[in-house]
Amino acid sequence: MFRSTHDGAPAASPAIVASKAAGLSVRLERVSVRYPGTPHTRAALDDVELRIEEGEHVAVVGPSGAGKTTLLHVAAAALRASAGRVLLDGQEPWALGSHGRRQLRQRLFLAPQVPPLPPRQRVVTAVLAGRLPAMSLASSLRSLLYPLDIGAAHQALQPFDLDGHLFDRVDRLSGGERQRVSLARALLSPARLWLLDEPLSALDPVRAARALQTVRQRASQRGITLVVSMHQVEMALAHFPRLIGVRAGKLRFDSPPSQVSREQLRSLYVHEESPSEATDPMPEEASEVTAVPMVWR
Amino acid sequence: MGTDPGTLAASVRSPDERDPAWPGRVTWLLASLVVLWPLLVLTEFRPWAMLDARSLHATARFLAGFAPPALDADFLRTVAQQTWRTVAIATAGVSLALLLAAPLALISTAALSISSLSGRMATLPFVVRQAARGLMVALRTVPELVWALVFVRVVGLGPTSGVLAIGLTYGGMLGKVFAEIMESSDAHPTRTLLTNGGGRLQAFFYGLLPQAAPELTSYTIYRWECAIRSSVVLGFVGAGGLGQQMASSLSMLAGNEVATMLLVFIGLVSLADGASAWLRGLLR
Repeated sequence: MFRSTHDGAPAASPAIVASKAAGLSVRLERVSVRYPGTPHTRAALDDVELRIEEGEHVAVVGPSGAGKTTLLHVAAAALRASAGRVLLDGQEPWALGSHGRRQLRQRLFLAPQVPPLPPRQRVVTAVLAGRLPAMSLASSLRSLLYPLDIGAAHQALQPFDLDGHLFDRVDRLSGGERQRVSLARALLSPARLWLLDEPLSALDPVRAARALQTVRQRASQRGITLVVSMHQVEMALAHFPRLIGVRAGKLRFDSPPSQVSREQLRSLYVHEESPSEATDPMPEEASEVTAVPMVWR
Repeated sequence: MGTDPGTLAASVRSPDERDPAWPGRVTWLLASLVVLWPLLVLTEFRPWAMLDARSLHATARFLAGFAPPALDADFLRTVAQQTWRTVAIATAGVSLALLLAAPLALISTAALSISSLSGRMATLPFVVRQAARGLMVALRTVPELVWALVFVRVVGLGPTSGVLAIGLTYGGMLGKVFAEIMESSDAHPTRTLLTNGGGRLQAFFYGLLPQAAPELTSYTIYRWECAIRSSVVLGFVGAGGLGQQMASSLSMLAGNEVATMLLVFIGLVSLADGASAWLRGLLR
């Protein structure tokens, strides 16, 4: 365990108990994304219409390759849509100058599916990197010399059970621990919109539920807009007030979990049978259960 | 099963199972052979001429003059002094080169491009990067020997011209390789910091440097080693150090003095080699 002097010291981390400010709203208007040079011509996102209000919490579900990551990247201004309009807080990121776009990017936090942590970096530095957008170059360099707010890093790691790893190197951590470090980084970022791309993929069910709870709780405390893509449909149904189903680049449903039917979920995940699979000696589509993904069977 | 892999590849495989990159690979291999052969002919590359009896004899006579190495106290004192000067020239030269290379590498590397996060790099950043690369090309194209000849006329005979010459040429080399090391390390952490609104230098220090540090260090030390060797050549045109000493020993045909200095060089280079391995171990 970390030294107890840092435990429960609220004064140490002004960022965590930041004043409540409005989240960022997201609007996609007829957005399509095609990756250049891909052999199949299907769009990664196809004419998507979406509105996420300030402070809303949304889960994005769908099979692999459905376009969840593309959706998050477009909403994070990390990827430019091939067609349509993206509005973040009413601003079109690609109509802004580079300075304005950077200011907009400072107000959102994208946690990619693979934790973006340099293997030789220490956990404390990796977590504090979440604050970089709010830091001057001078203080970010000073923080490399001696971490500026160890207490804040410690507090951000604690809900993810990683406070004991504060001074370990990232390459000593397991895949699931790295994912949680990446989430702890989100807690320290000054962003008003969190876009988390499959943040639970390497976590066991208990840890995943706890991590999700922490993230949601912090986001609501600070009024942050939260968009999480995930494969654990059951967990998305249980935790989120709004569910978006994506399949083949299109939104299949967008409603509160109570209005999402079993049938909708099944058709979201059902595998399209290719001719070779159809002639398989043991056709699996006969059984109703197998069409339902493992995670929520 | 015991099927002959050759026949399997040729006849049994369906078109789906063939490696689509194979024809291209064969073409490039053959093309490079076709280009290489005339080059060997052009450069009169005939290594077997070295084994000719007459050349062997001449080589042996030349090398015999090197033994034993000169070890008298006076000479050793001079060598020690000049060795120290050589190390100083190389170190000062590489430090100057680093001052040039670090900003040029940061400007020219595509790894820190914000505009290319979403597709192609914008025009202005592209032009700036090309300009920085052009400057580095110019710096390293002029051999340090030529820079030294220029500076000997400006600042006079002595180590200063050697330092300036190494600084300019090596600045161009270090900058280019630094930029490329950064481009070949994992872009994911850096790009994520940039998409989340971090600055280029912040992304460099928090995303890129932790990954690239060992490579950057070992290349810098390798360049220091090269600077030691290079200072010998520069010494021949009056830029001071062991090289100047070696030039005078060679002109007096004092082979054993040359041998002593060569031994010192071997020592210096293995020192650089050891330092590099040690530092890489520290940074791993």
